[in-house]
Formats: sequence, structure tokens, C-alpha cells
Amino acid sequence: MREPIVDTRELTMRFGGVTAVNNVDFVLREGELRCLIGPNGAGKSTFFKCLTGQYILNADNGRVHICGVDVTGWRPYEIVRLGVGIKTQVPSVMNGLTVYENIWLSARRVRDRRGSDEETRAVLDELDLGPLSRRLVGEMSHGERQIVELGIVLAQRPQLVLLDEPAAGITGSESEKLVTLIHRINENAALIVVDHDMQFVRMLGAEITVFHQGSILIEGHADDVLSDQKVREVYVGNRAA
Amino acid sequence: MNEELSAAGRIRWGWFIAWAAVMLLLPMVLEDTHTLTVLTIWSLLALSLGLMWGYAGILSFGHAAYFGLGAYAYAIASINFGESTVALFLAMLVPAMLAAAIGAMMFFGRISDVYLGVITLVVSLILFKFMNATAGDVYRIGDARLGGFNGIPGFPILNVPGFPSMEIWGTPFYYVVAVALLLCYLLSRWILYSTFGRVLLGIRENELRTELLGYNVPLHKTAIFSISAAMAGLAGAFFAMWSEIVTPGLFALGQSAEVIIYVIVGGLGTLVGPMAGAILLGFLKLLLGEQTLIDNSLVMGLILVLAVLLVPSGIAPQLAKFRKRYIDRLFRQRSGSSGRRRRKLGGSGNGKESS
Ligand SMILES: Nc1ncnc2c1ncn2[C@@H]1O[C@H](COP(=O)(O)OP(=O)(O)OP(=O)(O)O)[C@@H](O)[C@H]1O
Ligand SMILES: [Mg+2]
Repeated sequence: MREPIVDTRELTMRFGGVTAVNNVDFVLREGELRCLIGPNGAGKSTFFKCLTGQYILNADNGRVHICGVDVTGWRPYEIVRLGVGIKTQVPSVMNGLTVYENIWLSARRVRDRRGSDEETRAVLDELDLGPLSRRLVGEMSHGERQIVELGIVLAQRPQLVLLDEPAAGITGSESEKLVTLIHRINENAALIVVDHDMQFVRMLGAEITVFHQGSILIEGHADDVLSDQKVREVYVGNRAA
Repeated sequence: MNEELSAAGRIRWGWFIAWAAVMLLLPMVLEDTHTLTVLTIWSLLALSLGLMWGYAGILSFGHAAYFGLGAYAYAIASINFGESTVALFLAMLVPAMLAAAIGAMMFFGRISDVYLGVITLVVSLILFKFMNATAGDVYRIGDARLGGFNGIPGFPILNVPGFPSMEIWGTPFYYVVAVALLLCYLLSRWILYSTFGRVLLGIRENELRTELLGYNVPLHKTAIFSISAAMAGLAGAFFAMWSEIVTPGLFALGQSAEVIIYVIVGGLGTLVGPMAGAILLGFLKLLLGEQTLIDNSLVMGLILVLAVLLVPSGIAPQLAKFRKRYIDRLFRQRSGSSGRRRRKLGGSGNGKESS
């Protein structure tokens, strides 16, 4: 079996009285694509923040291994350097810089200047962002910024990609494109994709992990999970159509 | 240089040469370079803050701490060494090291922006209080007595490196300061061109994202804080030579506030703006200093408020906008006339085109 790229043991994150992530044992293997779903406040984004050091972990938080390395106490940049790329829920981009500069700065960390220029053009082409390359990211729509952020993540060619609600603000044919793109990223990287849109999740056709109140409710194939009674109850029929 | 990357690291050589020529030719027009020298020194101080604040987004409320420290380090070292070369070097090194220590504490300790402001403020207050309290013979470093409220007078001024007796003052001293400013400007541009500078822009725009790209954000912030402090320290050393005395007043909050005003009025996020702001407002300050009718800081405050209301982006960006608009209009006129010509040549009888 392939090596685990994410491996958490009893991962727990509390905010005062709220336990946002509760004793989570989660394994993602190399090359795997996984969907993470769950109602609002289930702890999905917090889980991502734990994986990327946005909350610095100590011994009380359980254990997180990324690429086989224990990352307790690591800062985000150190974890990212293991080959992790994350798209946050609220697009996190550099608004005052152009699309080109955003992606270039990402590429530049793993390449020399010339290599970064080449990589940036390649990513722009890949995402059809070429014509927008000189636009200031701050002037773009939410959906466009989502794509730019994807480009930022892609430009480092990470081996683990975390996408928090990439389909938000993206509609119709755009989301089909996104599915294709995610599958293409998956050829070279393991992914965890958080999303609320069941249609989108079905299209991805991946294994699903359901979060509920900070814990894993159920894991399995899309059809099994989405028809599961517990999952339907959790969503109270609102989204799990 | 890659055209796709923003202008932050680009030097417009035409403008630069014109500016350098004006600076170096001014002494031939003005008989007195004394005022010009101090304005250039303030420009250097404003540049140091403008680089750090405008491009890395780090605002120091106590930038005068590094200016004052540079001045004191120069005075103390030059008395002990009997000449200026090593002292000038120390005037940059000491503030840079203090800034590195404080910066590392603040940035690696993940202190929020508000506390950052408070800490920088408190550091300069402490230095101010401390220097004021150093009257008496016990407070001496080598041969230099700190002198408390009265400060340190009578230290060696700038000399030709290796020749302590060949002092540089008056117009030659102005040239040294002017060249130092030009070099610091080029250094700043080069920093902004470098990947280090690009990362600073990233930090200014989105600190979390920059960290999530795998850049060591605290290290970058500490580095630019330290570089900026070294530049401020150099300005401080020049100021010490210019005024031939250093006093605790150098650390005063008013001094820090003035630099902030220079940067805002001149244009935050540019390099030329802070320098221009320092020259304009510094000159005004000197003029006001000659009279006692109106309070100086009142006027500075008023100017700040007016500037923020009328030219919120600062003088330099506003001028750039005017220039662009002017050139745009020229361009439009030209393309308009060529359009007319085209119509004359081939468009006879086509009613649509004239509408
Ligand atoms: N920094 C914080 N401080 C306090 N509470 C927090 C913090 N971050 C998250 N929480 C709480 O933790 C719980 C999990 O939040 P989280 O954002 O991880 O949920 P989510 O599954 O991503 O939800 P959504 O689908 O709405 O994005 C929520 O109850 C939230 O209010
Ligand atoms: Mg979330």
C-alpha cells in the first residue's frame, strides 16, 4: 500500500469551550483524492489550519504527520516546504499585486528567476488566466480570485494539495472545468477537497470523509456515504439531495 | 528585467540622472549648503521609514530611536577613535543590531500590529528617558561622557578615511550626504527588485499567504527592519556631524512623528515621496523655526490633516497621476489627429465614421 502523506492521531483543537476538531484519526495516502464534507461549523477549515500550522500544534493537540514527518510545533512555512499547498476558504491572495506577480512569487520559492517566469506562464495558460496576467487581483471577482489562488498553489507543484471550498462562487461549466483541473492535479499530488456542493462532490467521484461536530462521522465511497442515514440527518435534508 | 513584474524595483534612469544632477549642481547656485545638507539628511531618514513602511507594511512609531542611536553611536565612537570612519560604520551597525533584536522578538513572537506600534514607541521613549538621565561622570563610554540632558558636544566631524586631520565640512560634506542618499535610494530599488523585496511586497499585501507560500515571514520582516534602522542610523550620524552635538531630543516622539508625516504627505508606497515630503516639510519647519508666532508642531499636524484629506495617496503619486493624465491627453490628441487623417484619406462618404 502507498505511504500515508497525511496521518493524524487524536488531533484535537479547542477554542475556549468549543472543540472544533475532536480526536480525529485521519489518513490520506500518496496520490489519493479525498472529499471532506460536513455541515457549517463541523471543523473542516480548522482541520486544514491544523495541518498547515496556522494553529501551531503542541503535544496536547495530538499528532500530525505530513509526509512521514511529525510537524508538532512547526510554523506554516516549514510545513509548506514539505510540499504542501493550501487554498484557504476565504481567497487568500495578494490584492495589491497583479495575477502574474501573485503566481510568480509562489513559483519563485522553488525555482530560480527564469524558471519562475516559465512556470508562471505555464500556470497562466493552464488556468486560462493569460489575458488577465497584468490585472490587479484586488479588482477581480470572487470566482476569479479563487482561480488565481489555485494558480498560486499549483505554481509550487506541491505533493499535497488542500482546497477549502474551491467551487464557491464558481458556476455551471466553470465547475466542470474545475473538476477536470482537480483530476489533473491529482495525477501528481494527493488532494483533500472541502466542499458543500453535493453535485460537485459527486462529480469528483472520490472517497468521502464526513465531519460532524469536529469528529469523523463516516468515511467511504460517494454513493454509500451520500445515501447514509446519519449523513442525511446531519445535513437535515438541506443540502444532501 | 521582467516587464510583467511591477515597477517597485525599476529605476527610471532618466529621472534618476536628472535628480542626481540637480542635487549635485545645487551647491553651485546656493551660497549656503547648510540648510540643504540637513534637508538631505531628513530625506535619508524618511527614505528609511518609507522603504520599510511603504513596501513591507511595517510602521514604526519610534523610528527616531534608530536615528538618535546612530547619532549617539557616532558621537561616542568618534570621540574614542579620534576619527570618523569606524564611528560611521558603528552608527549603522548599532541601530541595525538593536532593530534586529527587537524585530526578532516582535516578529517571531507573532505580536500584533498594534503592539508592534506600542513597542517601537516605548523603545524610543526608554532611550529618551535613559539619555536624559545620564548626567554625571559615571555615565561614560570610554572617553565619551553621555552628558544627560546636555548631550555630547565636541566630537570629531567627518574626515577623509585614514586621515583624521582632513576634515570634511561645508559643501564637500553636503556632497557626501547627497551621494549617500543617492546610493541608499539605489540600494532600496535593488532590494525591491530582488526576490527578498518581492517577498516583502507579498508580506505587505497578505502576510498569511506569503507564509503559506513557504517564505519565512518573520525573518524577512526582521531583516528589513534592521536594514531600515541602519539607514536611519546613517542619517543620525550625518545629523550629528551637521549639528556638532547630540542630545536626547533626537529620540523625542516629535521627531518620530515628523518622519511619519513626511512619509504620508510625500506618498506612502513610493520611495521618492518620503524624500520629497522631507524636503518640503523640513524646509517649512526651518522657516517656521525662525519665528515664534505659530507653533511648529501645530502647523505640521494641520498639514498632515490637510494632506490626508486632499491628497490621500500623497504628493508623489498625485504628481505621477497628473503626469500620466497629461501624457494620456497628448497621446489621445495625437491618435485623434491620425484618426482624422485616416478619415480624410479613405473615409469619404461614410456617414457612420463622423458620428
Ligand atoms: N479562531 C476561532 N476561535 C474560536 N472559535 C473558532 C475559531 N475558528 C473556528 N471556530 C469554531 O470552530 C468550529 C469549526 O469551525 P470551522 O470554520 O472549522 O468549520 P467549517 O467546517 O469549516 O465550517 P464552514 O463549512 O462554515 O466553513 C465552529 O464552531 C467555529 O465557530
Ligand atoms: Mg470552513
